[in-house]
Amino acid sequence: MIEVENLTKKYGNARGINDVTFTVEKGEILGFLGPNGAGKTTTMRIITCFMPATSGKARVAGFDVFEDSLEVRKRIGYLPESVPLYTDMQVPVYLEFVGGLKGVDRREIKSRVGQVMDDCGLNGVAKKFIGELSKGYRQRVGLAQALINDPEVLILDEPTIGLDPKQIIEIRSLIKGLGGRRTVILSTHILPEVSMTCQRVIIINEGRLVAVDTPQNLTAQLQRSQQFIVRIGGPEKEVLSEVGKINTVSRVAVKESGADGINSYLVEFKKDSDGGKDIAPVIVRKNWALYEMRPIGMSLEDIFIKLVTEEKIH
Amino acid sequence: MKNFFLIFQKELRSYFNSPIAFVVITIFLIISGYFFYNIFATFSTISFQAMTNAILARQYGQLNITEMVVRPFFANISLFMLIMLPMLTMRIFSEEKKSGTIELLLTYPVKDSEVILGKFAGCMGIFTIMILLTLPCMFLIELFGEPELGVVVSGYVGLFCMGAAFISLGIFASSVTENQIVAAVVSFGFLLIFFMMGYSAGFASESIGDVLKYLSFMPHMYNSFAKGVLDTEDIMYYMLFTLFCIFLNMRSLESKRWRG
Repeated sequence: MIEVENLTKKYGNARGINDVTFTVEKGEILGFLGPNGAGKTTTMRIITCFMPATSGKARVAGFDVFEDSLEVRKRIGYLPESVPLYTDMQVPVYLEFVGGLKGVDRREIKSRVGQVMDDCGLNGVAKKFIGELSKGYRQRVGLAQALINDPEVLILDEPTIGLDPKQIIEIRSLIKGLGGRRTVILSTHILPEVSMTCQRVIIINEGRLVAVDTPQNLTAQLQRSQQFIVRIGGPEKEVLSEVGKINTVSRVAVKESGADGINSYLVEFKKDSDGGKDIAPVIVRKNWALYEMRPIGMSLEDIFIKLVTEEKIH
Repeated sequence: MKNFFLIFQKELRSYFNSPIAFVVITIFLIISGYFFYNIFATFSTISFQAMTNAILARQYGQLNITEMVVRPFFANISLFMLIMLPMLTMRIFSEEKKSGTIELLLTYPVKDSEVILGKFAGCMGIFTIMILLTLPCMFLIELFGEPELGVVVSGYVGLFCMGAAFISLGIFASSVTENQIVAAVVSFGFLLIFFMMGYSAGFASESIGDVLKYLSFMPHMYNSFAKGVLDTEDIMYYMLFTLFCIFLNMRSLESKRWRG
């Protein structure tokens, strides 16, 4: 649905983005991850035909963003990061205006506006001017204007920024509900958002693609080994030696020593071993008490920081 | 065409949703009414004096209400337009650039020409309301004297053409900056220069002087429309000026799409 090839954008001598290539399939939700100034907004602005690339190509639904800009723009719903709206218009009037420009049929426009206002929870502010709305509601109006013509492609630049936790959950589930029918590109620097909503992640840093994969694969790839936190009530020395003897375990260490001999241990298993199952029998055999046992997966934060810092070292 | 109307409508609405339209129109009417009163009062005083004094009457020649009230009235209004119209046009693109709304507008499936013409027409709408509201002055003249209706009509046609030129230049100035004050100053400055360009004709060589005189706004108003002359040359002058500014405006908007 979206194809980006060797996209480069220079601002004077400074690099906006450098040689970025990726594709997004129809119905996919793609997370665009990167620190501030990494080039997320630049890439999005090129795909939405707002600014041209210095070199490289970008196509949406087979149309080139430079050659067939109008065709591309017909198929895109865009929410820029700053959510720029006309503050002197009332919410439904604004949405009707945008719907008209985006080619919604005149007879359908009223019902369409009603529909997106329902979806985005805007019915409570139907009489207000956009300038009077809070940040969270403006964000919703921004999302509503992107959705008004039911576009095939949605490009959302940090859609949950500035919302309260309840709104964030609502917006996320709304976006998640959009996948399947629509192709969504979503930029953010909030990592759990990506693992929650996206099927695939692109990590970009200093204008360069660092990784493209599913959140799960990225986690698996970068994890050299599996780690568990295990809280066991038993004599420390014995626990360390007994658990260390298990042949799938590569390392045991006391993470936190607690009162009454109940310690938290960090147990590391060898890669690709399903080690978690071997530890409980030992504890049972020794008649120790098991208080807690949980795997610690590598979070996207860790991956992100790892990739971004690895980049720097190279 | 649909998009043109949508933008036209939105533009008109946003003038009235903010105080801009009311303030500009009110101030414009106060000033033009004040000047009208003075012109008219002067004319009637002179008329009374001429009525009682035969020598004065000969000195003034034929006292003509069209020549002494209607024509200066249009000349004055064109000057107020010079000051007022940049205030109406300065926000048109600058505001959108500053607030970022241009990013959404230009990513909608709308042609640049539809955006520019829609905005231009919206501003022309406000301007038309503004000059039509000066019509009561003309009714007053009609009530107390016998002005030539042809001159009144051609005067308004002239104001309309001139306004189109002013507005197109103002919108272009607004499209090159995101600062409204800069847009206003640039458009006011250029309008004033074009207004006064004929002044230097006397010091230049004959051929250059002719060009300067032709390019100046003033002779295309005072020597024609305000006298009741509808000359295609003058209409063409304003039309070309307007079209040229709209053309520049389109290039300036379009450059956003290809300027790396």
